[in-house]
Amino acid sequence: MFGALADATRRDIVRRAIEGEEGVAELAEHYPMSFAAVQKHIAILERAGMVTKERIGRRKVVRTNLEGLRRARRLLDQYEELWRGRVTRMSALVTDET
Amino acid sequence: MTVTAVRKDPEKLTVTLDAAFEASPERVWQLWADPRQLERWWGPPTYPATVTAHDLRSGGRVEYHMTGPEGDQSRGYWEILEANAPHRLVFRDGFADADGRPNSDMPINEVRVMINEVGGGQTRMSIESIFPDAAAMEQLLAMGMEQGLREAVGQVDAILAEDVASTPGR
Repeated sequence: MFGALADATRRDIVRRAIEGEEGVAELAEHYPMSFAAVQKHIAILERAGMVTKERIGRRKVVRTNLEGLRRARRLLDQYEELWRGRVTRMSALVTDET
Repeated sequence: MTVTAVRKDPEKLTVTLDAAFEASPERVWQLWADPRQLERWWGPPTYPATVTAHDLRSGGRVEYHMTGPEGDQSRGYWEILEANAPHRLVFRDGFADADGRPNSDMPINEVRVMINEVGGGQTRMSIESIFPDAAAMEQLLAMGMEQGLREAVGQVDAILAEDVASTPGR
């Protein structure tokens, strides 16, 4: 999963694939790079569990794994709490002296 | 309220907190640069930190352990990537074994601190935490929770329940 979302194109793919309506070829049209390059980006995202390929009728569409994003969001919320606690203690230290 | 803004990016896996202090940048820098002050805020009251090595220069290291209510200890270290007093500090925060060696099975997160004067005797500190991936974040938070974040768990459960409820059915 390391670095899957560290790339601007991959982040853009994740955003577009929230709709989950486009296949690899359609997604590739949005970017000034080769089909193979886009395919590679999607493969990295797929391995990281950020997107899935789903068969809808005859087509295979790329869909963002929303549960993965939600999980990340929840974790960030908890990390925010950890740092809020630290900042509160820092503030108490700085104010102590004045 | 000291925290003035929070930005979370679930795609880039970063959390940024801005905080304002009624103090000079030099005074705020001391919170990081003085190991005795660092000990007083890094760990929650139930898991106080003890700093055993502190070389706040780029290439330097900070070593600490946190002691829990049961006398249990967990060790950590910072690898300083950049230190520019009193304005900028970048480090990797990792876990260490009982003998102080970095534990490479545990995730590392990078922290970027910026301290700037904003006028009127106020200083703004911005803390950005960057995670390598969601699994690392989960693992780190599991540790963080053991170290006094238990009260947050109930809230997370509530959010989880909300999320499930609001997930559109396909």
